Amino acid sequence: MATHKISFTVNGIRETAEVPSNMTLLTLLRERLAITGTKRGCDTGECGACTVLMNAEPVNSCLVLAVEIDGADIVTVEGLAQDGQLDPLQEAIIQHTGVQCGFCTPGILIAARALLDRNSKPSRREIKDALRGNLCRCTGYTRIIDAIQEAAEVGG
Amino acid sequence: MDAVSKSHVFPSPIGESVTRVDALEKVTGEAKFTDDLQFGAGLLYGRVVRSPHPHAIIKRVDVSRALALPGVRAAVTGEDSDDHIGLYLKDRYIFCRDRVRFVGDPVAGVIAVSESIADEACRLVEVEYEVLEPVLDPLQGVQERAPLLHPDLGEYVVADFIDPKPGTNIANHFKVRKGDVEAAWSKCDVIVECDFRVPHVQHVPLETHVAVARVDQTGKIILWSSSQSPFAQRNLIAEALNMSQSDIRVIAPYVGGGFGSKAGVSVEGTAVVMARKVPGHPVKMRLTREEEFYCAFVRQGLIARTKVGAKADGEILAMKTEYYWDAGAYTEYGVNITRASGYSSTGPYRIPNVHADSYCVYTNHPVGGPMRGFGMPEIHWGIEQIMDMVADELGMDKVAFRLKNCLRGGDKNVTGMTMHPIGLAECIEKASKAINWGEKALASAPHKRRGKGLAIMWKAPAMPPNAGSSAWVRFNEDATVSLGIGGQEIGQGSFTVATQMAAATLGVPLDWIQISAPVDTKYSPYEWQTVASRLTWSMGNAIVQAAQDARRQILDIVAAYWDEDPNDLDVKDGQVISFKSENTLPLKDMVVYGLPLPDDQGWHGGPIIGHGNFMPTYITSLDNETGQGQRAVVHYTTGCQAVDLEVDTENGQIHLLRVASAFDVGKAINPDQVRAQMEGGVVQGASTAILESLQLKDGVPQNPSFRDYRIATSVDIPDEIIPIIVEVPQDDGPWGARGVGEHPMVPTAPAIANAVAAALGVRILEMPLTPEKVFLAIQEKLGEA
Repeated sequence: MATHKISFTVNGIRETAEVPSNMTLLTLLRERLAITGTKRGCDTGECGACTVLMNAEPVNSCLVLAVEIDGADIVTVEGLAQDGQLDPLQEAIIQHTGVQCGFCTPGILIAARALLDRNSKPSRREIKDALRGNLCRCTGYTRIIDAIQEAAEVGG
Repeated sequence: MDAVSKSHVFPSPIGESVTRVDALEKVTGEAKFTDDLQFGAGLLYGRVVRSPHPHAIIKRVDVSRALALPGVRAAVTGEDSDDHIGLYLKDRYIFCRDRVRFVGDPVAGVIAVSESIADEACRLVEVEYEVLEPVLDPLQGVQERAPLLHPDLGEYVVADFIDPKPGTNIANHFKVRKGDVEAAWSKCDVIVECDFRVPHVQHVPLETHVAVARVDQTGKIILWSSSQSPFAQRNLIAEALNMSQSDIRVIAPYVGGGFGSKAGVSVEGTAVVMARKVPGHPVKMRLTREEEFYCAFVRQGLIARTKVGAKADGEILAMKTEYYWDAGAYTEYGVNITRASGYSSTGPYRIPNVHADSYCVYTNHPVGGPMRGFGMPEIHWGIEQIMDMVADELGMDKVAFRLKNCLRGGDKNVTGMTMHPIGLAECIEKASKAINWGEKALASAPHKRRGKGLAIMWKAPAMPPNAGSSAWVRFNEDATVSLGIGGQEIGQGSFTVATQMAAATLGVPLDWIQISAPVDTKYSPYEWQTVASRLTWSMGNAIVQAAQDARRQILDIVAAYWDEDPNDLDVKDGQVISFKSENTLPLKDMVVYGLPLPDDQGWHGGPIIGHGNFMPTYITSLDNETGQGQRAVVHYTTGCQAVDLEVDTENGQIHLLRVASAFDVGKAINPDQVRAQMEGGVVQGASTAILESLQLKDGVPQNPSFRDYRIATSVDIPDEIIPIIVEVPQDDGPWGARGVGEHPMVPTAPAIANAVAAALGVRILEMPLTPEKVFLAIQEKLGEA
């Protein structure tokens, strides 16, 4: 299989990699770079556990080929906290007990970050819509929605 | 003096909604799940060749072409399965030997340097089958001339409380014979008879099953697995491979959702058998989402035939039930679900005459496993609908009917056990009040219909009589505490509750406690399994004992040092204090290094480690013929859910406006976590009620993806969920607590069905209440009118 040399940033750190044509961004992150906060839930873009920011847009990293991120800026859940300070979304989801098993949490935090970055005061309906692609089997979503709303209110 | 008065205001963390101890790890991406662990260059991947047939004899398996593929290291077949495996009934081989019994049954495995090569090699494995007639329905399976799935049923090793019927497909038959049902019917003014059906559903943990096994050059096994049952896995695999438990080590990181599907042994067995072929190499076996739908445990399907009779004043006199469980090809837990549903078959009602038969029927369907509620969501689907139908026939209010007949403390239940104090009536009153029961509410549009409904429930932990827990607490130099437990954090919050209990008992700040995780059978104390909503109660008792043991050691050492009576001493806020002398001593000064004796006489004490265990000692058996016995279960958690909803008559869609969820948890150690369980349970219950069914056609799943098997998303949830905590203490629970993890999804589906019936005047007897089913029911009713 042909390989390609790519360069990109992950959570602000410059990286280069030689990747086969069929490697996904998710596999590159988890199995090549050992950045494992981003989760593999279905490999078909349906569960949202692998959501990362690619040039500030949320994407399912299982549906993005590694070669596509050449020159791109990637943010994973590990990149949300800055200088030891949690993102207000992380704070809020802890305070609201919006975490249970925690497997969907990284993808949901990234999807919520993308939402607040484009819409700083979303309505409850807009929050629900933004999370449609992120499945959670434990929490029932309510506390996650509450947390995102609160993070928005504190200017997160 | 200051320290003493400060200690008096030191708050106990019991009953406080403290922050989850695992939350920070989980929001930062730090929490490690099994597939996150890195194994380096030696890692190999296993993939499995699975049966395409629901029922067939394996005539020949040839792995030679697979082995010839570059990158393939080894292959396994049924010949590599040593002995049968199974929790209550050892009825399967890890890799099938002679026969396959469901589409997805493992026939062979290939180990290769990458998953893609292993997949390619799997396609090169040649298997010749002789296809047999399958059993695709439990009613077919119980017939005398049905094809037999397990001709050797009589030779399998079985737990003594399970009653298989060799020569049939019945893996367990549980009976209740109480009073005289046939004589009672003639005294009833109202009798309702109805059949209900529940389809197979899937647990759908967001993390698919994954296990990594490594067999070292001396034959010892390490297994990293996403598991609710690390100790049970160790035990069952040891028995299946004829090994010592001590030569198998299971390390179980955080579990990305379990709901029962990661209890017992499933994919882990295949990883171990494959790893034995490549000593020194870890072998990773992870299910794709599609495989998860095909071959992970499913919730068993159920056909329930139910008959209930009552007097005109509303008193229920008799109930007759037949349960036919669609157990699937093997019965890891199914046989005990059958038993639990039998001894819970009346629901939480006081009924003098009961006749129940619960059959666990082998079918050529995916393997039935435990799923949140362990049979209770399935049986309450019918119980709680037929109770509404009886109330309707009587012209009685459904809340009043339930309050009249529901079990209360001191009542004899279906098996003759005297009920411990329960707050069920309080749950019914509070949940119904929360949705303004009895007040008519208007629909939001002319084409919509509004309805309210409720359902009540009970559930006991279903487990062997002597399922035990153990724990230890170990002090570190700075008086922080390592808390050893064998129970798993699967999202339910067990690590947080464990931390609260240890801190409260030891008298140290909450953040001094750290759970020694991940659970590792080599170092962690024994825990039967993380199932049955049993940890808060059972593991909690072990933790309290361990902490009391450590505390006693500390007080004895300090009392000797101060020359005081240990009974005058206490530990508060991390310090030993004396109420008598008002002396104080920080724990860090003595928990590892001990204390000097006076006059240079040497030292006293040593590193403090406390241990504790708990096992219920009072469980008795049930009579094989009557299902009667003194006390077959440890306790029942009870509750009620009330639903206010709207149905769109133009498209059949159900919109949940309000769901009130009230449970008697004995004592909420962490009220916010209890409420979170209720909310999550309501949504999971609503998801199964409205959206979910694993559609099986000739044994083949027709919807093995999230596209076709929909679960509730953020836009499908009720507008409002009202969680209500009721606390009637459990006599042997820590601080009175009993479990509540599973219970909130039990009454959700029948409560929704009852509210739909109230809204539309139509009753739907088979889950799920999909828009098309609801719409067609409306059309049918219009047609009749």
